[in-house]
Amino acid sequence: MKYETQKVALPFFMVAMALFTLQIVFGLLAAAVYAWPNFMAEVMPFHIMRVSHTNLLIVWLLIGFMGCTYYLMPEEAEQEIHSPNLAYIQLAIFAFAGAAALVGYQFGIHEGREFLEQPFWVKILITISFLMFLFNTSMTLLKGRKTAINLVLMLGLWLAAVFWLFAFYNPTNLAVDKLYWWWVVHLWVEGVWELIMASLLGYLLIKMTGVDREVIEKWLYIIVGLALFSGLLGTGHHYYWIGAPGYWQPIGSIFSTLEVAPFFAMVVFAFTMFWKGSRNHPNKAAMLWALGCPTIAFFGAGVWGFMHTLSFVNYYSHGTQVTAAHGHLAFYGAYVMLILGVITYAMPQIRRVQPYNQILNMWGFWIVTSAMCFMTFTLTFAGVVQTHLQRVLGMNYMEVQDQLGLFYIMRLGAGVAVAVGAIMLLYSFFGPAREQVPAGGTQITAGAGSA
Amino acid sequence: MADGLTKSAARNIFYGGSLFFFLLFAALTAHSHWYMVNVSTDSEALTDSVKHGKEVWEKNMCINCHTIMGEGAYFAPELGNVWERYGGLENPDAARAGINAWIRAQPLGIEGRRQMPAFDFSEKDMNSLIDFLEWTNSINDQDWPPHPAG
Repeated sequence: MKYETQKVALPFFMVAMALFTLQIVFGLLAAAVYAWPNFMAEVMPFHIMRVSHTNLLIVWLLIGFMGCTYYLMPEEAEQEIHSPNLAYIQLAIFAFAGAAALVGYQFGIHEGREFLEQPFWVKILITISFLMFLFNTSMTLLKGRKTAINLVLMLGLWLAAVFWLFAFYNPTNLAVDKLYWWWVVHLWVEGVWELIMASLLGYLLIKMTGVDREVIEKWLYIIVGLALFSGLLGTGHHYYWIGAPGYWQPIGSIFSTLEVAPFFAMVVFAFTMFWKGSRNHPNKAAMLWALGCPTIAFFGAGVWGFMHTLSFVNYYSHGTQVTAAHGHLAFYGAYVMLILGVITYAMPQIRRVQPYNQILNMWGFWIVTSAMCFMTFTLTFAGVVQTHLQRVLGMNYMEVQDQLGLFYIMRLGAGVAVAVGAIMLLYSFFGPAREQVPAGGTQITAGAGSA
Repeated sequence: MADGLTKSAARNIFYGGSLFFFLLFAALTAHSHWYMVNVSTDSEALTDSVKHGKEVWEKNMCINCHTIMGEGAYFAPELGNVWERYGGLENPDAARAGINAWIRAQPLGIEGRRQMPAFDFSEKDMNSLIDFLEWTNSINDQDWPPHPAG
C-alpha cells in the first residue's frame, strides 16, 4: 500500500463481506423452501427471502466496487483520495440505505419491481451516496495521473449511475415498464459493469504479472469495446416476449451471441498475461482469483448465457430454471469472484503484512467455485426437464415442479458448500494473519522467474 | 491482436464504436416505445383499474414468486397468460371468478406443496389485479409462451 488513503477501502470490504454473508443466508433459506415447501411459510414467505437475496447481492457488489475503486485509485492516479471523510460518510449512507431496505422488506415495504424493489427514499439515498462516491473518486482522478485503467473504471461507474436513473421511471404500461427496466438491469450487468470488471482485472494483472502497462491497457480497450458493441444491442434478447417489435429477435440473437466474445477475450487476456509475466508475485491466492474470475465468467455469463439466448431456443427456455442457472454462475464468475479477488490482493497490503492464509483462501476458492458450478449444473438439469415437460408437453407448472425435487435438494447441498467455503474465505481475509504459505513457492506462477 | 493496432487506436475504436451502438440502441428503443404504445399493447384498454391493478401487483411483490412474461422469480407459475389459462378468452366471467376464488383460497395448506400467502385484497383491489392480468394477457408478445401452461 503506497498511499495512506488506500485504507479507505477496508470498511467498504468489511461491509460488503457482511452483506455477502447475509446474501448467502437468505439464499440458503430460499433454497430450503424449494426442498421443503412449507419451510418457514408462516414466518417469512418465499418472496421476502428472494427479494432479500437478490437485493443484498446488488448492494454488496456496488459497495465492493466502491471499495475496489478507493483501493486502486490512489495508485493509478498517484494521488491520495480527495476526501477520506467523504468516503466514510457515503459508505454510511449507502450501508444505512441498504440495511433499511432489507429490514423494510421483512415488513412488506418495497416498490415491488424485480431488483428495483427499494422504496423511493432508499433509492434517493443510494443516488446521493453514489454521487458523493463519484465526486470523490473523480476529483482524485482529475488531480492525478489518467490511465486507461482508471478512465475505463470511472466511465463504467458513471454510466452505472446514469442508467440507475431509469429505476425511478415506472410507466403504467407494463410493456413499456419492462422496456426501460432493462436499461438498468441489462445495461448494468451486461454492459457498464463489464467495464468495471475488465479494468479491475487489468489492474490486478498489471500488479501481479509485471507485464507492460501499454500491452494490458490496449487489451483493456479491445475487451471493453467488445463488451459494449455486443452488450448494448444484446439487450434485445430481453425484448423478445414483452411486446417489442419482432426485429429484436434477429438483433438480440446475433448481438447476444457476440456477447460471448468479451468474456472469451478476458480469459485469453488473463492467461496470456499470466504466461508472459515475469514477476513472481507472492500473492498466489490473488493470482488464482484473477485467473478464475474470467474463466468462470466465460462459462457462466458466456456459455450459459449463449445456451438460451437465441430467440428460437429462448422461446422454450425463457423464465425457467435455465435462467436461474445462468444467473447464478454469471454473477458469481463475473462480479463476485472479481471482488473476492481484489480483496484477496488488497487485504495483506491494507494490513501491512505479507500475503497470509493463502492455503485457506485457495481452499475457499475451490470449494465455493466448485459448489457454484455444481449448483449451476443441477439448476440446468432442472431447467431442461422443466422446459420439456412444461413448454413442449404442456404439463402444469406445479406438476412439473414436483418432478424436480431431487435437483432442488442437490442445489441446497451446493448452497451449504458455498456457505462453508465462504466462511473459510472470510476467515482468511479478516482472521489472524498467520505465516504466509506457501512460502515463496512457485505453484501457480509461470514465466521466467518461476523455474 | 494485430501488431498494427496501437493503444490510442484501440481507445478511439472503443469510444467511437460504443457511441455508435448506443445511439443505434437508443433509436431502436424509441421506436419500440412507439410500437408498444401504438401497436402491441391496447393503450385504450389501459384503464384506471388496470393501472391500479399494476400497483396492487407491485405492492404485494408478486414478482418475487411468480414470473410475468417470463420475468420474475421462478418459484410460482407464469401469470402473463393466466387469463388465457383460466379460459378468459372464451368465458371472461368464469375466469374472473376462478382467479378470484383461487387467490381467496390461499394458503391451501397442503403439506409438501408450495404455499401462496394469504393476501387480504379488497374487492376493488382484486378486480383491478384481475383487470391488470387480463390486460397483460392481451399484449402482443410474439405468441409467447408456447403453451397455455405458461
